[in-house]
Amino acid sequence: MATPVELRKIASQVRRDIVRMVHGVQSGHPGGSLGCTDFLTTLYFHTMEHDTNFKMDGIGEDLFFLSNGHISPVFYSVLARAGYFDVKELATFRKLNSRLQGHPTTHEHLPGIRVASGSLGQGMSVAIGAALAKKYNGDKNLVFSLHGDGELDEGQNWEAILFAAHNKVDNLIATVDFNGQQIDGATKKVLNLGDIKQKFEVFDWTVLEMDGNDVDDVIATLDKAKALTGQGKPIAIIMKTSMGKGVDFMEGTHEWHGIAPNNDQLAKALAQLEETLGDY
Amino acid sequence: MKVSDIQVQNEKETRAGFGEGIYEIGKENENVVVLTADLAGSFKLGPFIKDIPERFVQCGIAEANMIGVAAGLTIGGKIPYTTTFANFSTGRVYDQIRQSIAYSGKNVKVCASHAGLTLGEDGATHQILEDIGLMKMLPGMTVIVPCDFNQTKIATKAIASYDGPVYLRFGRPKWPNFTKEDGSDFVIGKAQQLSEGTDVTIFACGHLVWKAIEAGKALEAKGISVELINIHTIKPLDTEAIIKSITKTKCAVTCEEHNILGGLGDSIAQVAAKNFPIPIEYVGTNDTFGESGTPAQLLAKYGLDTPDVIAAVERVLARK
Repeated sequence: MATPVELRKIASQVRRDIVRMVHGVQSGHPGGSLGCTDFLTTLYFHTMEHDTNFKMDGIGEDLFFLSNGHISPVFYSVLARAGYFDVKELATFRKLNSRLQGHPTTHEHLPGIRVASGSLGQGMSVAIGAALAKKYNGDKNLVFSLHGDGELDEGQNWEAILFAAHNKVDNLIATVDFNGQQIDGATKKVLNLGDIKQKFEVFDWTVLEMDGNDVDDVIATLDKAKALTGQGKPIAIIMKTSMGKGVDFMEGTHEWHGIAPNNDQLAKALAQLEETLGDY
Repeated sequence: MKVSDIQVQNEKETRAGFGEGIYEIGKENENVVVLTADLAGSFKLGPFIKDIPERFVQCGIAEANMIGVAAGLTIGGKIPYTTTFANFSTGRVYDQIRQSIAYSGKNVKVCASHAGLTLGEDGATHQILEDIGLMKMLPGMTVIVPCDFNQTKIATKAIASYDGPVYLRFGRPKWPNFTKEDGSDFVIGKAQQLSEGTDVTIFACGHLVWKAIEAGKALEAKGISVELINIHTIKPLDTEAIIKSITKTKCAVTCEEHNILGGLGDSIAQVAAKNFPIPIEYVGTNDTFGESGTPAQLLAKYGLDTPDVIAAVERVLARK
């Protein structure tokens, strides 16, 4: 289990991987990936019980589902750095014949991926199904998931949120990346989500809030969430993040949702991110 | 083996065959889980819910979530069967099936009742005639359209041990039941030959197999030798059986309770065009929606009745 200091070092390398991967193919989604780096790093290097010797059924392990599949760069980097596959494979991201498709998929059998995502709004239902399977199997491990805030525009989420409470899916910890941005601008302007915390609460979920770019807060909140499982309610974490976190010119704007840095921008970004584990 | 040898045992709903099949396989296989979107009654799930309540999941009127939950259940080794009407099983949730089930290679059984015109009075909003096409286009999806109660029951049980996503399509009304009660004449992916003939091959699926039988009997009485083949598995298609038959009869008629664009007929025509081009006539709806009416009225109005099959055979024989 990595310490907070070690987590920050890993996160720095993951951020380097993200900007290099997206630059390498001049395609992909760096903004949300950088914003969720501290969360995913903490999840895989501190919080979850998981086995890098990948087995699809995940019995006896904690599972993670990425619903907002466009932030695949951070997912791939964290999986590779955790040991699911060789970090050198990160160089194939979004290229022909790669297992690292633009959006995550089981189709190319990349270890660590349990469902395809990319078409938004589907991951919560899948995570709920996996959590129910754990209950059927008497498996005490947990299911974690991550969703974009803009992704909550999709109606299927609200079907899933209703279902999870009704069926007391209390082995699920669903985190919403509340960065306030989506492709066409601020979520408040595109389709106002209102008070997300209150919405989950009236749907009868237990709701926590955290600063997703503060490793100490992420550790503490995930620990608290784990302690709240098994009490008859699904758990949501509203995670405030800054899109593009760690690269000053990408931070806090939707402009870097889905574009790649050029050579100069890559150099400026890498100058801000310490190479801690060796570039791929 | 002639069409006139086929005997009707009774009349039962194909969906009731699902209800019996799911109960039996649920008892046999503890990984089977049934999900529904507020249609437990329509799928005759009462016995399953009564005896195996822990493996019944009521999803409410929320089909998209049901499909996703089913995909997730497979990850822990469960074998989920989703149940709702054919329209809501396919068109409403196409992207959920595409991404979370088909592309993800999940072992979900999408079970659809009330398919086609024979849904009847509810009208076109519920009478999907495009679902076979939608499902057969998905890579890796198996598409099964059983023809009667017995076959629906055995297919429901058989798909539990058939690895991979399956679309199982059946219907609402009582319908003649004539296949073997023990299901020994059903193998997934194998065409079921119902009669041997030399003049024409009739390929049919679902409820229209019975219309083809009625037509075949009338044609045999006129001295026409009919080879009748039930293509209950539309994908993967038994191309070997199709080629063998059309090589002999040198013409074919296809019958389905579905749009001729994208259905069984298209699949047969593709095999013929590539391997042994022959004249083909199609019995099915022709690029149209349905409407309210009784099943019998609708089949007659939209050209899916026994006389329509006979007329199609006569047209194709004239083209030989």
